Parts: sequence; structure tokens; C-alpha cells
Amino acid sequence: MAQLQFRDVTLGYDRHPAVHHLSGEVAEGALLAVIGPNGAGKSTLFRGIVGLLKPLAGTIAAAGLKPREIAYLPQIADIDRSFPISVFDFVSTGLWRSVGIFGGIGAAARDKIAHAIAAVGLTGFEGRGIGTLSGGQMQRMLFARVLLQDARVIVLDEPFNAMDSKTSTDLLQLIEHWHGERRTVLAALHDMDMVRAHFPQTLLLAREAVAWGPTTEVLTADNLLAARRMCEAFDDAAAPCVPAPASKAA
Amino acid sequence: MLREVLIAPFSDFEFMRRALAAVIALSLGSGPIGVFLMLRRMSLVGDAMAHAILPGAAIGFLLSGLNLFAMTTGGLIAGFAVALLSGLVSRSTGLKEDASLATFYLASLAIGVTIVSVKGTNVDLLHVLFGNILAMDDPTLLMVASNATITLVVLAVIYRPLVVESVDPLFLRTVSRAGAPAHLIFLGLIVVNLVNGFQALGTLLAVGLMILPAGIARFWSRDVTPMICIAVASAIVSGYVGLVLSFQTRIPSGPAIILVASLLYLASVLFGRVGGVLPQLFPGRHLEA
Repeated sequence: MAQLQFRDVTLGYDRHPAVHHLSGEVAEGALLAVIGPNGAGKSTLFRGIVGLLKPLAGTIAAAGLKPREIAYLPQIADIDRSFPISVFDFVSTGLWRSVGIFGGIGAAARDKIAHAIAAVGLTGFEGRGIGTLSGGQMQRMLFARVLLQDARVIVLDEPFNAMDSKTSTDLLQLIEHWHGERRTVLAALHDMDMVRAHFPQTLLLAREAVAWGPTTEVLTADNLLAARRMCEAFDDAAAPCVPAPASKAA
Repeated sequence: MLREVLIAPFSDFEFMRRALAAVIALSLGSGPIGVFLMLRRMSLVGDAMAHAILPGAAIGFLLSGLNLFAMTTGGLIAGFAVALLSGLVSRSTGLKEDASLATFYLASLAIGVTIVSVKGTNVDLLHVLFGNILAMDDPTLLMVASNATITLVVLAVIYRPLVVESVDPLFLRTVSRAGAPAHLIFLGLIVVNLVNGFQALGTLLAVGLMILPAGIARFWSRDVTPMICIAVASAIVSGYVGLVLSFQTRIPSGPAIILVASLLYLASVLFGRVGGVLPQLFPGRHLEA
């Protein structure tokens, strides 16, 4: 069953498309790597999936899930790290969907939070302010929050940027654990070896889908070269895009 | 002797008791608002907003003289209008909040002072600019108290979205729609408390009981909740000591209160446990892990 369905989706900024006429679907429980050069539209696609960006055209359907029910780990989290809040309290915001604005956080919930913090290896850091964490610890903390969100669909935007191998390995285990629970996981990545080793499905994006399918078939030299070439067009004076009959049928 | 200085002013004079009640009510509302202003890097926004209130208060003064109720209503209307407009402008255009407010700041102060000086005397002007906490009548006192109550209740309601929006606005947007309303309500609370402070401390100092206690609290705690408690406590202490000071000397009450708060702030900068100057100069031996 399709968990995410893109129907001729165009996403962009100021009418300029960053993702152009994307159609396709992500099966429930899929573990999909989204790869492509910088500026290929990976982050834009993710912002579209979680409802932060409205499509300029086309639709994104999530099989009955609201965008708010999708867990999202942004690339440059615009987190105010100077804000005086403890790791425990920060991670607890992952429970938002169940406790909302007024719900209390009882013993069971505190247990869950402690478990999530333990699962990412941050036990002992609960009382620390978030400003005292290193980059890797920060990313672990954000993963703990995603864990608590308990979402059917999880979208991770370049989760391993600037992470050392220990942190990457630990967090990758978490992702595989989610995959084992039949959650649908999408991750934007740059490390091709990691994609080959751990991600069965791959979408190669360069504003348009260059290739989409089993990782071994997508990651060919020809495809990667094509992606690099396609990515470099941003024309300030571009004419409005008129849908060709072929893309309508897709 | 000590009793004479510290307690007698309040047991002997009703206006001092009223002033004390007013300043305590004021502190309860302004403390937490100030902490959030500071944490959201909006301290100067509060200052600008305080000036935006002035024309409204001045029109109230124009219509019904030095009537605190009319001036408060005018101030509330003007403040809400400005807060709402600038909030909407910055949310929908991406113009920074401080920039969209800065334009109002000087114009409003000029308009307000002009209106007051055309109609009233220099004494009236002083009253508007620096307030008069020693002239609290019943309705005013009630209004100050109920504004503080409203502030605390509303803040309790929007506390969670407000905190999350301050730390990680993008996350809040992906899980909830509460961010924007919480922000606008918070702007409203700033206005309510500025108008409150306006009665006691005047338009120039109203923001003082918000920002200074928040600044003090920042040097003593690393967590929001204790920060708020420290801010409220230091605001109350400043209010009390300031009133005593102004009673025993000839310093006007408003400036006296803010002066005491400033001294507390200075002491916090020097000795504060979290990032104070002296603890940084003499941090003690470093730890093993």
C-alpha cells in the first residue's frame, strides 16, 4: 500500500520550481534514501511532505495521515540553543501529539521520555541545558524527540551531516529499528556507501526524479552524472511552465 | 529605628500601602512577560511598544483630563493596534519584528508628548512620562490587579506553545497550529502589562519592571521556570525598596524603583552564578570530567 503519493508535484519558492513535476509513490514501511546534488530539491520535497511548504501545483497525499502526524528532522534546525531548557524537557516536546497544549506528563510519559533518551545514548544528560551539548549530542537529542513522536512516517533531512562514525552508526541503528517496525522512513543522504549498505530504495532527485527504485538500479554512474547536469538551471526570466501532454498522463 | 524606616511608611500612610499593593501586582505580571521578552530577543520591542502606547493614553488625557481610566483605555487600544499590526506585518512579510516596530517608536512618542503638552501642563507631562504610583485610587488599583491576574492566567494557557515556539519554532509548526496565536496573544500581554506599568512608572520607565528583573534572573538560573520566579521576586524587592527609598528621600517613586532594580542588575552582572563577571574571573579549579 502506498504511504506517500506524489501526483505531478511542483514545489518551489517565488514561483521558481525546486522540485519539478514529481510523480510516484512510497510504499508503507519503505526505507527510502533521497539523494542528489546540493540544490536538487531534497529539503524542499521534505518541507512539502510535512506541510511547511504548499505545492505550487499537484498534490501530496499521505494515506490519511495529516502533515502534522509526520515526524520531521530538519537539516538546519533553527533551534535557539541559548534558550534555557533542559534536555529532558526538550525531548518531551516530542509527545506534543498526545499531550497537546494542556495535557499533563505523568509517570508513564516520563518513563517513555527516559527510554527515548536512553535509546540515543544520552542518559545522564537529562538535566543539562541544550546549549551545553555538542553537535553530535544535539543530533542524538533530536532523534530522541523523533522517537517519542511515534510517527508512521519519518522524514530525516541529512541526519548524518558532520556526524562522526560512532554517532552515525548509532543513529543508523535507530533508523533500521524504525524500518523493522514497518514505519516509512525517508532520509536525505550524501554518503553513497551508506545508501548502498542500508537503504533498499533510492530516489535520485535533481529537481526532477532522475531515477527511482531499488538502490542498485538507481546508483549507476550514468544516473549520477545526469543528476549533476540537470541541477544547474535557475532562470530568473523563465517563462511559465505549460504542462506537456505527456506529464499530464503520468 | 529599622521598623520606622522599613515598615512605618506603610503602616502610617494609606497611599504607601496602595503603592506597595500596586507594585506587587505589577511585578507578578511583568516578571514572566519580561523573561519571555528577553529569551525571545524582544527586549527592545517591549521598549518600542511602551512608546506606542503613549498617543492612545494622550488622547484619553485630551478627552477626559488626568483620568487614569480613560488614559488606560486609550493606551490599551493604541497598544493592541500597534502590536497586532506589527505582529501581522512581520509574520506575513518576513520583516523583523523590531524593524516593523521601530518606525512606530519615535513617531508615537512625539505625537503623545505633543498632545499632552498642547492640552496640559508640565506637571501632567511629567506624570505621563514617569507615572505616579503614589496616586493609586481604588479603580486604578483594581485595574492593575486584574490586569496582573489576566496575565498570569493567559500565560498559563499559552505557556507550552510559547516555550516551544521560542526554542524550536519550526518544530512547533510541524506539530501544531498554536504558534502564531500564542505569539499574538503574547504581544497582547506585553501591551496589557505596559499599560499597567504606565500607571505606576510612566511611559518611559514602564518597561523597566519587565526587562531589568528578567536581566537579573538570567544571571542566576539556567532554566525558564526558576528564572520567572527570580524575576518576580526581584521586581517585588525593587518595588518595595524603591518605595522606601523615595519615601525617605526626595527621589520620585518611579525612578527610585527602577534605580533599585538597576542596582540589583549591576550586582547580578558582577556576582551572578550564571555568567557573572567575578565567577568568570575566578571559576575555581576545573573538574575531572
